[in-house]
Amino acid sequence: MTEVTDVTEVTDAIVAAGVHKRYGEKRALDGFDLTVARGTVHGLLGPNGAGKTTAVRVLTTLLRPDEGQVRVAGLDVRTEGRGVRRRIGLLGQHAALDEDLSGRQNLEMFGRLHHLGARRAGERADALLERFGLLDTGRKPVKQYSGGMRRRLDLAASLITGPAVLFLDEPTTGLDPRGRAEVWSAVRSLVGGGTTVLLTTQYLEEADQLADRISVVDGGRVIAGGTADELKARTGGDRIDVVLRDADRLADGARILARTAGTYAVRTDVDRRLISAPVTDRMAALTETVRALHADGIEAEDIVLRRPTLDEVFLRLTGGDSDRGDDHQQEKQREGRQEKQREGRQEKQREQEVRA
Amino acid sequence: MTALHAPAPVPSETAGSRLGWALADSWTMTRRELARWARQPVQVVVGLVFPVMLLLMFGYLVGGGRGIQGEYVEFLVPGMLALTMAFGLESTMLAVTQDLNKAVVDRFRSMPMAPSAVLVGRSVADMLQSVLGLCVLLGVGSALGWRWHDGSASFLAAVGLLLLFRFAMLWLGIQLAMVAGRPEMVQAVQILVWPIGFLSNAFATPESMPGWLGAVVEWNPMSATATAVRDLFGNPAAAGGSWAAEHAGLLAVLWPVALLAVFFPLAVRRFARLSR
Repeated sequence: MTEVTDVTEVTDAIVAAGVHKRYGEKRALDGFDLTVARGTVHGLLGPNGAGKTTAVRVLTTLLRPDEGQVRVAGLDVRTEGRGVRRRIGLLGQHAALDEDLSGRQNLEMFGRLHHLGARRAGERADALLERFGLLDTGRKPVKQYSGGMRRRLDLAASLITGPAVLFLDEPTTGLDPRGRAEVWSAVRSLVGGGTTVLLTTQYLEEADQLADRISVVDGGRVIAGGTADELKARTGGDRIDVVLRDADRLADGARILARTAGTYAVRTDVDRRLISAPVTDRMAALTETVRALHADGIEAEDIVLRRPTLDEVFLRLTGGDSDRGDDHQQEKQREGRQEKQREGRQEKQREQEVRA
Repeated sequence: MTALHAPAPVPSETAGSRLGWALADSWTMTRRELARWARQPVQVVVGLVFPVMLLLMFGYLVGGGRGIQGEYVEFLVPGMLALTMAFGLESTMLAVTQDLNKAVVDRFRSMPMAPSAVLVGRSVADMLQSVLGLCVLLGVGSALGWRWHDGSASFLAAVGLLLLFRFAMLWLGIQLAMVAGRPEMVQAVQILVWPIGFLSNAFATPESMPGWLGAVVEWNPMSATATAVRDLFGNPAAAGGSWAAEHAGLLAVLWPVALLAVFFPLAVRRFARLSR
């Protein structure tokens, strides 16, 4: 290829630096920084209200930032908005479709509005319907579609011109497991084509499944970033939880778990007769622990391998970052999360009691 | 499949092509409304039947006399035409609030289309619907015995004034819808549209009302349009002697133009500022 457009020349598809967006007193974005390399899938992970959607709205020119520099596909979102809009696709949180029109009418309309011309817009609509398995229902009005079909059509609509950068704002929220799997496989098939994808999600698992790199967002800024493995390493990764029958043996159990999991970070919860430790090699830790407990005659009621919850990830990330200068507000947020975690634990305990 | 995510060539843009695309985008948005009509013919028919129902109700149930010389229907039909144009405000408002509350507007705004096309497409579709509404009402009016007496040029001028008034109501409606924001607020405005619609000379002459009320009624923009249209059709008009009644033709142009001068730029600006 001899002719290169400005899009292919830039190596970073998204660059945001020091972005602020305020709504009255609320700081939706508070020094948001993000760099996404071209051709990668980047996950923005964070709880509700962390600023993920505001970030996406700024990056897709729907919202003007109060401060900060934002370039998407090499273009400034403030001064070259139209150029940016020509190179992006957006899958918002809510289906951005005309419910009264058919799937095909929707896609054709979006194609025309992307200035493909009538003939190519029609061809493109048919190709996308086929690609997303919607040919049979293409003539029916969208309001008769199931949630998963609607989401697929929505995704098709955001791919009308083969965007250089695709934004997916919580693409699977509200979908059943089947619908979620459909969207995931559609996103995976896109990545090979060189499209850069920015994905927001509340689910660690989703970011883990789809994203090359993850940025954790909280309070309107990115508080941690890296690959899924790096983040997991920082947050302790998977954990092994062991519930003992006899509370007197907790100390012995903890000593064994420290050895089998290869860590000093064993937590002991006397009320629940629980010992818990982060593990790196899941299966080895599990078999070793079972064997060692048995050898010492310590009876276990329950042994579980589990991934860290999003709460735990945030707890670790917001708590472990000492150079971030914890202010009072963050302290309070952390307390709130710990509170929530305690509640969650109690709930789980109740469940276990029911099971027993 | 790779072809599906190969970037499409980016068309270069000149000022001329920009205008061309703005027109094309507006037409695409108009077609969207037309396609919706085709999918919901019942709604369209209900919208057309409602003013006819009002006309029949006032013509037969309420009508008769009211201080008008000649047939009441000759007086009533132009009034109903103006009232129908005024009530168009509601349908515009409702459509715009519903649209703005849907994520699909975000999609439009994240695409390289002309930003004005969303509003222009809406206004073209609403004007087409109003033309259709006028045709139906004129047809039913003729069946009831209403006639125009002053030739086709005057007839077309009258229709032009009605559509100008509708166009002003349209942009007022777009602005109000964006200020109100939610469909629930439209109901509140609807309640206000009725007294304003009825505080006019559509059904009765201002002379039959108390003095202060008559003055309000005469200065109502809708009354100006109704009186001017009656004059152009050669239908009996309210025999008021006030300045507003004497210069109804002038006011029927000035009122809508003034409303447009205020609300057209306000609405366009407001839509452009959705990104703040």
